[in-house]
Amino acid sequence: MTAFTALLLRDMRLATRVGGGALMGALFYFVVVSMIPFAIGPDLNLLSRIGPAVLWIGALLASLLALDRLFASDHDDGSLDLLTMSALPLEMTVAAKAIAHWLTTALPLIVITPVLGLMLNVEMTAMGYVALTLLAGTPALTFIGLIGAALSVTLRRGGLLMAILVLPLTVPVLIFGVAAANAAIVGPAPFGPPFTILCALSLASFVLGPFAAAAALRQGQE
Amino acid sequence: MQLVSENLACERGGRRVFADVNFAVSAGEAMIVTGRNGSGKSTLLRVIAGLLRAAAGRVGLSGGPDEASLAEQAHYLGHLDATKPSLTVAENLQFWARFLGAPADVPVAPALDAVELGSLADLPAAYLSAGQKRRLSIARLLAVKRQLWLLDEPTSALDTQSQGRLAAFMREHLAGGGMIVAATHGPIGLNAPRELKMGLGG
Repeated sequence: MTAFTALLLRDMRLATRVGGGALMGALFYFVVVSMIPFAIGPDLNLLSRIGPAVLWIGALLASLLALDRLFASDHDDGSLDLLTMSALPLEMTVAAKAIAHWLTTALPLIVITPVLGLMLNVEMTAMGYVALTLLAGTPALTFIGLIGAALSVTLRRGGLLMAILVLPLTVPVLIFGVAAANAAIVGPAPFGPPFTILCALSLASFVLGPFAAAAALRQGQE
Repeated sequence: MQLVSENLACERGGRRVFADVNFAVSAGEAMIVTGRNGSGKSTLLRVIAGLLRAAAGRVGLSGGPDEASLAEQAHYLGHLDATKPSLTVAENLQFWARFLGAPADVPVAPALDAVELGSLADLPAAYLSAGQKRRLSIARLLAVKRQLWLLDEPTSALDTQSQGRLAAFMREHLAGGGMIVAATHGPIGLNAPRELKMGLGG
């Protein structure tokens, strides 16, 4: 077993144990989305029109929820020192942690998305498309958030700073995510172009995120 | 194999912590770093481990495999124990052993037994005492073979029996051609180690 998979498995195990953030993200998402119909009222047309946007905002906030502790917990107990001393490049270490975070936080959230369609008067097939846009877009959220998590690692109460740093950077993901979801539900614009751009954003952040986060961590150690 | 430091200096927060630190530690040798609080013992160990950048000078291993950096050939035992409370004792050690490059088929049980934590292997690390956590992180040094041990106050929180055990581990490591640099206030049970006094003219 390589260092990469060892770290991936450890982080997934930590997330699913007591005090881990695995199901918190999905539950937070569920609660936030469930609150919307109570606030908006029983206007079914309005609900189905804003449904995709609500789901995307919920997913955005939920995926940032546990991210601020991603490096901070390792920093606080001294693990981060040992992680940086490894033969595994820091960029790969950081990527392993991000993938573990995505698998334990974003994936459960995508799985429950079709069920939430009931709350927002969106059809089941359309919810499938929304889940598909989340599947394509949430890796970008995680890997952009990774940079913020690395920057705020040594700060107490870094979570708030991280949200301020990261949320503006996620605007393109939000725009194309909601555009693709809307195209699938109400049309008339085609689903393809915004969805392809969403995939491109995820791929680009997949490459850039670990490098930026590793650089931020090295700087933060000084 | 030799650990060599030449004119090493370090600055923290704009203040010079130490300067012109020179030493050489050969295979099978131990060096203890002594000095008052704030004299830069921990900082020196972190600079050697590559966790802090040196302001001047250099430190490196000579005579080892060229492609491996100093950090990859060293164990760093800092003030913090790098254990996760929600993982069991065995899982904690297993992770570090795999991550630091021990082959997957080598069991970690002997290392746990050596630090007398074998019977607690399935207990979540949250329930360990400070000394037991310390022993768990010492088990890491035994589970993965590395040439250089960088120990920062290794005996803190350990009872006398465990201190004796740690001294035995260190003597064994030195006998096998290993090197130790330890920051300490008291005796750590090694026979006539070299001594580097920090905070004198530096």
